[in-house]
Parts: sequence; structure tokens; C-alpha cells
Amino acid sequence: MTTPALIFKRDSLLLYGGLLVASLAAPFVFADYTFQFTVLWVMILFAVTWDLLGGQMGYNSLGNIFFFGAGMYICAIVQIGLYYDVAEYTAASGEVHVEFTTRQYYTGLILGTIAAAVLSALFAVVFGYIVFGLRGPYFAIGTLGVALSAGELTGAWQYIGGGGGISLPVFPGEPDDRALFFYFLCFSLAAVTFFVLRKIYTGRFGLAINAIRDDEAKAEGMGIQTVRYKTIAWSISAFFLGISGALFGNMIGFIEPLEVAFPTVTFGIFMVVMCLLGGKGTMWGPVVGATLFHAFKEVTWTYMLGWQWVALGALIIVLVVFFQQGVMGWVQEKWPERFGIVVDDAAAQAGPDLDDGTRRREAAQ
Amino acid sequence: MLDNITLLIQAPVLNVQLLLDGLFVGAIFALAAYGLALVWGVMNVKNLAQGDFVIMGGYIAWWLQKYAGIHPIFGLPVAMLVMFGFGWAIYVIIISRVIGKDLFTSLLATFGLALVISQLLNLAFGPEVQVAESGFAINTLFGGMVTVASIKFISLVLAAILAGMVVTFMKISRMGQAIRATAQDPRAAKVMGIDTERVYAFTFALNAAICGAAGALISMIWVIQPFFGIAHSIRSFVIVTAAGLGNLPGVIMAGLGLGAAEIYAGFIFGAELQQFTVVGLLVAVLVWRQIQYSRHRQVVQ
Repeated sequence: MTTPALIFKRDSLLLYGGLLVASLAAPFVFADYTFQFTVLWVMILFAVTWDLLGGQMGYNSLGNIFFFGAGMYICAIVQIGLYYDVAEYTAASGEVHVEFTTRQYYTGLILGTIAAAVLSALFAVVFGYIVFGLRGPYFAIGTLGVALSAGELTGAWQYIGGGGGISLPVFPGEPDDRALFFYFLCFSLAAVTFFVLRKIYTGRFGLAINAIRDDEAKAEGMGIQTVRYKTIAWSISAFFLGISGALFGNMIGFIEPLEVAFPTVTFGIFMVVMCLLGGKGTMWGPVVGATLFHAFKEVTWTYMLGWQWVALGALIIVLVVFFQQGVMGWVQEKWPERFGIVVDDAAAQAGPDLDDGTRRREAAQ
Repeated sequence: MLDNITLLIQAPVLNVQLLLDGLFVGAIFALAAYGLALVWGVMNVKNLAQGDFVIMGGYIAWWLQKYAGIHPIFGLPVAMLVMFGFGWAIYVIIISRVIGKDLFTSLLATFGLALVISQLLNLAFGPEVQVAESGFAINTLFGGMVTVASIKFISLVLAAILAGMVVTFMKISRMGQAIRATAQDPRAAKVMGIDTERVYAFTFALNAAICGAAGALISMIWVIQPFFGIAHSIRSFVIVTAAGLGNLPGVIMAGLGLGAAEIYAGFIFGAELQQFTVVGLLVAVLVWRQIQYSRHRQVVQ
């Protein structure tokens, strides 16, 4: 694997500038699609945070969506709990009309988001203690179990609304302002996440988690505190996922355990698929994958109603079976010079053999 | 919740009812889990579509009964045959390409498969809960306190016969021997002239057939619905993880135990937490295994 930091070095200024302008202009140029663009930023955030574990650290989690839902519910409880009694509010299920002043709304949102981020990261530490002893498929199934059971438990917990869900405080302002407000929040969050992760990957931390991916036992032998690194990596991922959950919940306005907060078999799997599509273990792969996947999803949702899930399942199979390296992986293979990878003929000859050996070793495990 | 527990203590006969119900479904869980363990052990593929194979088998039996008037018990061999062919086709199209790739690949590929199967079933038969009516009498025990349908006994016997047949097949037949040889060492098996590719295809198809049979039984004694597949997959994973690979008595015990635990939890905590029990048990089993392993690791050190 190559260091992703070198990608697009020459054109980086042009690239980032262009993307910035496009992202700022998008909600004004295509005003009808602001909601879709906002979801796209959340998807990109999903993909890059999943890649921190799945791509860079080699731990394929199927349960990262847990932090998204946890963040959403924590934020909702804080927002409501600051001014009302949560149990009364949820028991009334929207029948009692409650007013949040503008000041109350923003205070609640800010405090709720902070609480969501911090508590999600704490959850990651706790669950890391439970699941990081599991390897390979057991880790994937274990995390899937955590996320699924969280959804079921939340559905049975009447204090926070149970299966009926909670409606969140209403945004004080015009619907158009609301859409723009959440668009820019999600955009900034995704951008911040991207650059934080980029910074992390280039340093010592990135090297350590890459070492864990390549060979955990050896990494530990070299003196890397693997458990500590794994937990920190998961907390970082959870931190941003928690914030995204808080924002997403407020954008939707109504949260419910199985479809909105803990959509394990939809968003939870999408984040994996997006990374695979774009190419996991690269910086831009998840971003490209998320964009392509979101576009594909919206097109199938619009034109193949009823068959969209079949199309999506088929896409997952095709991706996993035939196109594992993803878009970025494919591009890197095709034009390695553009990524600062020097192709040495002798090394290229030796390359396939080495790959074959690794694969055989993996198969033997 | 406490009311339900006091109810159990005051009327101990209820325990018999719950236990029996749990054992009847548990036997079928064990059957599906045995198929999962077979594929996992032989070709190192974790089949997340296991539960959807089960549901598919159930729909075959249900469809035959509803539109062709064939009794579900006779629909069972048909379901097995159809699923055998289906499994073989899936092997050739998908699974043969993910064997030998990294561990996560087979999980995701079969997850995609599970999505496709459940959605196709949903499009074909609708999201309603279905039961294949077997038309057998319902017996009462303990003066009417415990009701047990004859079909449940029959399905238990059928499940036992099926399991016995599969085990004998694996022990005696040439194909069974070839499968076991391939599981031990694929390369050595190849050198000895075993067509491992065919063995893999047969194993996967056999697993699908076992699932088909389990599904036909489930459709008779319980309910089927297009999206219940994931729960069955998770049950199979719970059982296999708890019992370990290649441990048939363990799989049977874990299957029966899971069935009983699920029915009990459904009664005590209410239906909404029944699903949670399965998933929660999965997490609990994994954690317990992990503690065991870490102790083992310390001993080795």
C-alpha cells in the first residue's frame, strides 16, 4: 500500500479550490437537491471514518453505525432534557405542543452535539474493550451484533420514545434557511473530518495503524501498543460519527430506532460498500466511492422503484467479487507515476509472486 | 416482566410448554447451523445468506402447498432438491470467486446475496407473514395446560432423520470422505486426485439443501417472512460460534439451548425483546469466547 498523502500533490491547490467552490455553490445552483447534497456529505463522512478502521487498520467493522445512532439519541435527549422532562415529552409523542425559542434551539443543538461527540467516543472505548480481542470475521460479526442489538434495545426503551421515536425541536426559521444551515454544517463537518484524518495518516499514528493492518502480532512485537492505538482509532471514528448523527437527526427532525438511528443493514453496510467502491486504504477512495454510490442509489431509487434493493445487493456482490481494489486502487494501478509510486521493472516482476504468497497465507488462516 | 416470572413459578406447567416449543424450533436452528459449520469448516466461507436460504426453502414448501396442493412434508424433499440446484448455481457464479480471498470478502458477498434474495422474495410473495398449513391435530397434555401440535413432533423426527442422514453421508459415502479430506488439507486432497472445485460446489449445494429442509420445517411449525432471513443467519452464527467448528453434539446442544432461551426471553421480556435476545446472545458468546482465548494465550505465554 502506498502513502495516500502524495496523491494529486501537483494539482492539489487546484483540486481543493475547485471542490470548495463547487461545494459552496452547489446548494444555490441546484437548490432542489440541497437535501441530497447534505446526505452526500454525511455519506462521505461515513466512508472516510469507516476507512480509518477498515482500510487503514484492517479491522472491518460492520457496526460503526452504532455511533451514528448513539450520537443522534444523545443529542436529542440533551436538546429536550435541557428544557423539558424527557419522559413526559416522549410519552406525549408530539401531542403536547412545545416551543423552543431560538436561543434555546441553538444552545440545545450545540450542547447536544458536543455531548454526542464525547459520549460516542467514550462508547467506542467501552466497546473497544469488548470487541477488539476478536479478529477477522468474528470482529465483523461482533460489531454487527452490537449495532443490531442497540437498535432493538432502543426500540424497547420507553423513556426515549421506544419504537415510536422522538420528534426533535423545530428549527427557528424558514425551511430554505434550515436546508442551507444543515448543508453547511454537514459540509464543514465532512471537510474537517477529511483533513483531520489526512493529518493523522501522515504521522506516527498512521504508521502504527498501518502496521497493525499489515501484521498485528509483529506490530505488537515491535513495541506498538496495539490495543491503545486500536481504541484511539475507533474513538476518533466514533467522535465524528456521533456529531454526524446529531446533525442528521436534527436535519430529519424525527428520529426512530430502526430506520433512522440504527439503520445497520442500510447505512451501516453502505459505508463499507462505499469504501470498497472507491478503494479502501486510500485517502480519496472513500470520497469518490461515496459520491458514486450515492448517485447510483438515488438513480435506482428514482427509476427502479421496488427493485432498488435488488440492484443494490447485486452491486455489492459485483463490487466484492470483481472489483475489490476500487476506483482509486484501479487508477493507481493504471497510472502509478501520477501518485508518486516509482515502478521498478524488477520489483514489478517480483510483485505478483509476493501477492500470491500473502493470499495463500491468508487462505490458510 | 416480574409478573411473567411469577406466572412461571405459580404455574410450572407453563415451563413445559415453553421448553417444548423452544426445543422444537431449536432442533431446526441446529440443522441450519450444521450447514453453516459445514461450509465454514470446508471452504472457509462465512455465509451470511444462510438464513435467507432457510426462508427460501420455506417459501418453496409454502408455495407448493398453496398453489399445487402438495403437503409441506412432501414439499420438503422438493425444497431440498431446488435449493441444491440453487446452491450449486450460486457457488459457480459467486462463491467460487471469493474462496481464498480475504476473510471479509465472503461475508460481504454473501451479505449482498442475502439482500437480493430477501428482496426478490418480498417482490414475489409480499411482506406478509406466511404459514404452511399441515392440517395435523393439536394435542393437549396436562389436562389442557400444554398444547403441542403433532406437526411439531413430526418435524422434530424429520430434523433428526435429516441430521442422521447427513452425518452418515459424510462418514460413509465417497463424496463425504472427499469433503472431509478437502477440509483437512485442500492441496493434499488435490494431489490425491480429488476434484476440490467439485467438492466445494457440492458442499455449498448440500448446505443450501439442508437450509431448504430447515426452511420447509420452519414454514410448518413457525412462520416465514421475506425479511426474517437475517435473524436466522444470526442464530446460525450464534450456534456455530458457541459450539465451535466440527463439533456436532455441541451444535445440537447449542441449537436446542438457543431455541429454549429465545422462547423463554420472548415470554418473560415480551415479543419486542425476542430479537434482541438472539443478537445479545451473539455478542455474549463472542465475548465469552474471547475471554477463553485470552486465558489460553496467557497459558501459552
